[in-house]
Amino acid sequence: MIVEAVGENGLLIRFGEEMDEALTPYILHVRNAIAAQLGHWVTDLIPAYTTLLCLYDVRKVDFRRMRNAVQAVVNEAADPASDIDGTGRLVELPVYYAAEVGADLQAVAQRAELSIEETIERHSQRTYRVFAMGFSPGFAFMGSVDPHIATPRKDTPRDRVPAGSVGIANRQTAVYPSVSPGGWNLIGRCPYRLFSMDTLSLLQTGDRVRFRPIDRDAFLDAGGEL
Amino acid sequence: MTTLRVTKPGLRATLQDEGRQHSQHLGLAPGGVADLHAWHWANKLLDNPPHGACVEVLLGQFEAIAEGSLSIAVTGASTQACINGEAVGNWQTHHLSKGDRLTLTETKSGLINYIAVSGGWQGDTFCNSRSMTPREGLAGFTVIGEDTTLTAAREAGHPKRFVPAHFIPDYTSPLVLRVVPSYQYHCFDNAAKAAFTQQLYAVSDRIDRMGYRLSGPALDVPNIQLLSEGIALGAVQVPADGQPIVLLNDRQTIGGYPKIGTVAALDCSKLSQRGPGTDVRFAFADLADIQGERMIFEAFFAQTGWTDDGKLIWR
Repeated sequence: MIVEAVGENGLLIRFGEEMDEALTPYILHVRNAIAAQLGHWVTDLIPAYTTLLCLYDVRKVDFRRMRNAVQAVVNEAADPASDIDGTGRLVELPVYYAAEVGADLQAVAQRAELSIEETIERHSQRTYRVFAMGFSPGFAFMGSVDPHIATPRKDTPRDRVPAGSVGIANRQTAVYPSVSPGGWNLIGRCPYRLFSMDTLSLLQTGDRVRFRPIDRDAFLDAGGEL
Repeated sequence: MTTLRVTKPGLRATLQDEGRQHSQHLGLAPGGVADLHAWHWANKLLDNPPHGACVEVLLGQFEAIAEGSLSIAVTGASTQACINGEAVGNWQTHHLSKGDRLTLTETKSGLINYIAVSGGWQGDTFCNSRSMTPREGLAGFTVIGEDTTLTAAREAGHPKRFVPAHFIPDYTSPLVLRVVPSYQYHCFDNAAKAAFTQQLYAVSDRIDRMGYRLSGPALDVPNIQLLSEGIALGAVQVPADGQPIVLLNDRQTIGGYPKIGTVAALDCSKLSQRGPGTDVRFAFADLADIQGERMIFEAFFAQTGWTDDGKLIWR
């Protein structure tokens, strides 16, 4: 593992180069160890696909001391005897898959040479892992999408993607927590609120996520908006 | 409680403190003051806690009415502050009585002013911060609007104080942004690194609290596929068009464009006071130098205090 300085108050820990589901629990294990042992110096810990960005308070610690401390935690956490729980929390999200809420569902199916039903099945039969959070509050980057329905981002992003929209970008999938611009291929909509100021983010890095297809009535009953 | 009613927020006014901590992993931008220097001085003039929230006004043209007795300080950009139409100076404390009207004209140099009140502005917090991040549209944490009422922690009661002249910056002076090599620095070829530091860049008109897009000769961008990674304040992202973007407080928390390094936080503060068309240069710098300077800066504001006759001394 490489620990490198980024700017005057950050350390970036690199765990690998390739997207790999097995890496996420390991990154979170190190994240937890740093939070537990160096929490008094840390201001933010941002896990992503293969990295952990550790931001620290320069009023309390300098680079050298912080790097040595982080390196020690990393070395200890790299001990093969450490007990890493790779399962993560399982979250089920209902999704109404339909053209009226998924403007690109037809196009994704056509590109994959599958029927709409088969496309929905391919998307909803997998258990995804949250690799990273970002883009907007509560936005979870999940993977990996079945290669048959993996579809590149749209050339021209939409100015306004409705909240709850479920999208695909290459082998990643996500639910838009709020109305925002976006270039992902929209295939359905989830009635849940993925981010609120009271409960914050429904999803966190490391969670496992399954999508459960629901019909129009169930979507509306659950508070979904068309 | 004493309040200030904003009647004209200008182009954009927000409440800013140090920003949110421990929430970037949820995708929340940290937010926080754009110019640490002017913000710290505004709080210092009023003996406020170092994390006190100030009003951050973009491009002046701000107007507000005191609904009680308030001690305030205005720092930052060159604007003409007036109380009931009478010109008063920036970088000093002022007293407002009930009904007094505070106005700021357009800025002449610099973009941002801070208005501090004794004890700091109060109000709701979200993730332990009062910082507003307009882009995220969080209810109550977007912008200060017309008729927003701001609440002061304390009534007036501070002596007249001035920031010593040599601490008042000239926002028109040439700006060199010091960059600590980091992230994908090693992936940029030597010609790109040389061009980055030898050429002049101009601040474009695509600037906001999220980031500053600069324009100049395009850099050769390394041909690498990156997975998104956490972004620190000041990260210099170079997208396919080769034009660098300095990422600031309301930045996205992760990103996948190549980054050549990270601008010193105090230089990000200086950049935030520069408008479109301003020339800037980049220079690579040593981490220890940048960090040492920042630590002294923070220690200065933490360790100094005012004497009874208005002098600032180390405690």
